[in-house]
Amino acid sequence: MSGPRRAAPGGRARVLLGLLLALLMLLPFVVNPYLLSVLTLILYLAYVGQAWNVMMGFAGQLSLGHSLYVGLGAYVSAALFVHYGVPPALGFLAAILVALVFGAAIGFLAFRFGVSGVYFALLTIAFAEFTRIGFDHFDWVGGSGGFFLKVAQRDYNDLVNLRGSPEMFYYLLLAMTAGCFLLCHRLMQSRIGFYWLAIREDQEAAQAVGIDVFRYKMLAVMLSAALASLAGVFTAFFNNNLFPFQIFGIEKSIEIILGPIIGGLGTLFGPILGAFVLTVLAEGLRGTMEALGVVLPGVKQVFYGICLLFVIMFLPHGIWPSLRRRLGLDSDGRR
Amino acid sequence: MALLEVRGLSKSFRGLKAVQDVSFDVTEGEILALIGPNGAGKTTCFNLIAGVFAPDRGSVRLAGTDITGLRPDQVCRAGIGRTFQIVKPFQQLSVEENVIVGALNRLHDVGAARERAREILEMLGLAAKRALPAASLTLPERKCLEVARAMATGPKLLLLDEVMAGLRPTETDHMVGVFRRLNEETGLTILLIEHVMRAVMALAGRIVVLHHGETIAEGGPGEVVRDPAVLECYLGEEAL
Repeated sequence: MSGPRRAAPGGRARVLLGLLLALLMLLPFVVNPYLLSVLTLILYLAYVGQAWNVMMGFAGQLSLGHSLYVGLGAYVSAALFVHYGVPPALGFLAAILVALVFGAAIGFLAFRFGVSGVYFALLTIAFAEFTRIGFDHFDWVGGSGGFFLKVAQRDYNDLVNLRGSPEMFYYLLLAMTAGCFLLCHRLMQSRIGFYWLAIREDQEAAQAVGIDVFRYKMLAVMLSAALASLAGVFTAFFNNNLFPFQIFGIEKSIEIILGPIIGGLGTLFGPILGAFVLTVLAEGLRGTMEALGVVLPGVKQVFYGICLLFVIMFLPHGIWPSLRRRLGLDSDGRR
Repeated sequence: MALLEVRGLSKSFRGLKAVQDVSFDVTEGEILALIGPNGAGKTTCFNLIAGVFAPDRGSVRLAGTDITGLRPDQVCRAGIGRTFQIVKPFQQLSVEENVIVGALNRLHDVGAARERAREILEMLGLAAKRALPAASLTLPERKCLEVARAMATGPKLLLLDEVMAGLRPTETDHMVGVFRRLNEETGLTILLIEHVMRAVMALAGRIVVLHHGETIAEGGPGEVVRDPAVLECYLGEEAL
């Protein structure tokens, strides 16, 4: 189903990662605002991709409704901020809590009653959809007309209230992505990680070696939901406007999963690489079209489709596993 | 006291009585074989012990503790390791990682589990393959891996579901040697389902014969293979 993951930063991988991180930290000093926004988008997709990967790539549970958790995180933190003045530095905890409750509800329904595979994926879509419809009619947060945060121009960066320059948001996201990567790396080298992979590979065999499958699947769903909700908090305060059809839409869920699939399911670096490849190609395509003066709505989606087709046909495990082999990082063992 | 006590075990599937009132004991340190023709209820019996299904009636006790109706993972933690008739390796994990997953049942630290896994792979002669993905193994190797993974969970009792099926005679002899050694050196108790009589005769101290879900004979290998009922329904005259 998904590529074998290796990661353990053996010396070489560790050096490469360090270089990449240094590069990402220095880039804001040299790039223009447009490129910074592209980089921010890449990091955003890398982060949510990583969050989704915990569930699908590691534990083998396909969620096609991950926009649910992003949207909940966004709305909860934004509503607390707008209505009660609770800063996102605190509000994110509430966002996580709500996402955990939803994740637990979906997980419980599915895993207790043996809903799996395609039906599980449908259940995740259903939850995302009815939450979207619910928020369309939820006037407290603006309903379908949208929910807006005041855009206050400040000349300083306020991390507590998440008001500030694009650079601040970029670094915040970089920290989140790096943190998420480290967390996943740690987990995959622990008992939990081994158990998730075992469940992904064969649930019956996993149970036979003493794994409480229900518990570990719940853990994967809830962790993935919590991580995704943080992306929502970021989105709310970065964009300052929220529309149910945008944030909970199935298009968003698909966008979340494309990066990890193209980069390499179940790998640690796949989501990051996938986000990079997709965004750079899509932006490149947009730039080229603009320069040529061609206007074709929906071309991005078609392009995503082609990318996906290409990867499925020629690199069924994603780009990273084959790239890793070429970089000679394979002998490092497990990652 | 017997290590495993199976009492009056019964299970029907939509009216088909797969296992009917089966009782037997497995004594600590022995190797007991469960044999019988296809459809006799052997695998169902295993699944009832291992917690895959709950029995309609009857009980299973391990070392005096009632484990009837527990989930498979609970049964494993209670001390029963099992292999599957159709092998189920974690395909994309390496051989060593497969066994580590098993070892994590008792050892919560991955480093310690890795060491244990290496010992077991060494013991079963799979050490050279430890870095390969399980998907790349041959059938005999997969069967061996299945045993290694079950062994790694630290069982008091090992259930082997037709591990010899599909093996060549020399491979069967190798496996027989492995189980003999495990049994003699570690005192591991083994309950096996097997069609390969060559292996059954070489391994089993006692044999229980099932037919149509019921026990029709029980005893030492010598007596069982001469039992007229067993000869008629399963072994045939030429078995001797």
